[in-house]
Amino acid sequence: MKLLWHEVKAELLLYTRSRELAFFTFLLPMIFFVLLGSTYGNDTVDGVKGSRFLEAGMIGYGAISIAFAGLAIVLVIRRENGILKRLRATPLPAWAYISALLSAFLLAFAVEVVGIILLGRVLFGIPVPDHLGSLALALLLGAVAFCGLGVGLTAVIRSAEGASAVVNAIYLPAAFLAGAFFSPRHFPQVLRAIADVLPLTYFLRLVRNVMLHGHEIWTQGTNVAVIAAWGAVGVVVALRYFRWEPHEG
Amino acid sequence: MNAIAVRDLRKSYGALEAVGGISFEVARGEVFGLLGPNGAGKTTTVEILEGYRKRDAGQVEVLGSDPATADGAWRERIGVVLQSSAMYETLSVAEMLGVFAGYYHQPRPLDEVVALVGLEDQRDTRVRRLSGGQRRRLDLGLALVGDPELIFLDEPTTGFDPGARRRAWETIRGLRSLGKTILLTTHYLDEAEQLADRVAVLRHGEIVASGTPAELTGTARQTEIRYRENGREVVLHTDEPTRLLHELTEQALGRGQELEGLLVRRPTLEEVYLSLTEEAEAG
Repeated sequence: MKLLWHEVKAELLLYTRSRELAFFTFLLPMIFFVLLGSTYGNDTVDGVKGSRFLEAGMIGYGAISIAFAGLAIVLVIRRENGILKRLRATPLPAWAYISALLSAFLLAFAVEVVGIILLGRVLFGIPVPDHLGSLALALLLGAVAFCGLGVGLTAVIRSAEGASAVVNAIYLPAAFLAGAFFSPRHFPQVLRAIADVLPLTYFLRLVRNVMLHGHEIWTQGTNVAVIAAWGAVGVVVALRYFRWEPHEG
Repeated sequence: MNAIAVRDLRKSYGALEAVGGISFEVARGEVFGLLGPNGAGKTTTVEILEGYRKRDAGQVEVLGSDPATADGAWRERIGVVLQSSAMYETLSVAEMLGVFAGYYHQPRPLDEVVALVGLEDQRDTRVRRLSGGQRRRLDLGLALVGDPELIFLDEPTTGFDPGARRRAWETIRGLRSLGKTILLTTHYLDEAEQLADRVAVLRHGEIVASGTPAELTGTARQTEIRYRENGREVVLHTDEPTRLLHELTEQALGRGQELEGLLVRRPTLEEVYLSLTEEAEAG
């Protein structure tokens, strides 16, 4: 336990030291919230105030940025530069390392969510959401599922150079298609068909249903099941293909 | 009791046999050098001993355990310096060491590690600002932070300038004097000669010679005597250097001459090594 806490602290230090992580995964969702919120915050989107629609969207975008994209990129870079291999030579158990790494990223996401909700309160006068228990569970479910997918994705990325490219090519279009930034209601049929299989689509529906429409998480069976299933796919791939050593030249 | 015992170790990658049945032992407190050209099987051997790779056949015991099934308690007792210096670039030297120290039950005090590898002035420098030699010293520091009994050094000075190599050698000698067992791989012959108590020369996955550096150089070739006579370089090889030298100096003294540039030397390990690998090539 002491070991786990030590590693969580180390991972948090590393997270806060990384400008790339801090900007792309942590600040960017807040920046988009402010920018887009100032453009259509007062419009009505899908029957709710634009800023509130966007707030939930940016929480979803934050989840995929931190738990999926950030985690995958960090893991691939550490694997390819040999950090993971070095760690294997120490007494730090694999489970402690992985748990600590995920905890640090989940914690970063929690801070992100608080930040977005505070921004929403201060800039756009959005009330702090009720059903906080359901919201917390929904966010935890989504973040864990995206972590699973992020770790699973590392199996198909073979180089540190390729990490950002592959990850960005997946999560940025996904965030757009799933409706993190704009309502997907008026997207062409093709795009909506793609969106219909993305885990982020179901995560955003879940978060919006809880935050905007006052639903509790236990009424959201389909959304919860799809998110969990995607997470499980990621975990299965991760367990099968995860490697500690770099791909040799 | 031996720190490392290897018997008939074999490892292939597909059709390529990387290690073809080698045996050696490393005593506690000894510095053992695995010497050989690139692709000789050094790293494969060391990574099996470190627990990174599974062997195909043979027995391996490291600190009394089989590395393939060894646990965290065993890892407390070993220190590993890999060929690549993977670091957290954004941390300082002290932070980096602190992170790794936390993985061990009884880490060596941080300041001691910093002093041991000579990074006192870089203590608060970010890893990404270190020079190549300083990184490699931090690498060694990370392997020492758990105060291990046995240290694996895989080509610890590759890419160093001569000054940095000398300093690294001093550090490694310092570890030896602390009673650590060290398994060193290198393709620098002078490094093995300088540091190792015993050496095994590896070629194509087989040990072609082993012994102390003195034994290797002592048995292989004759002593060489060189001097200049009337501006001409004379080179003699002999099995009886004492007698030959006596004769030469006696003659020179008789003529009232100086043997200019007189040099008496054993063949270096490099020459022995080259002759060994050339023989292997011919065979």
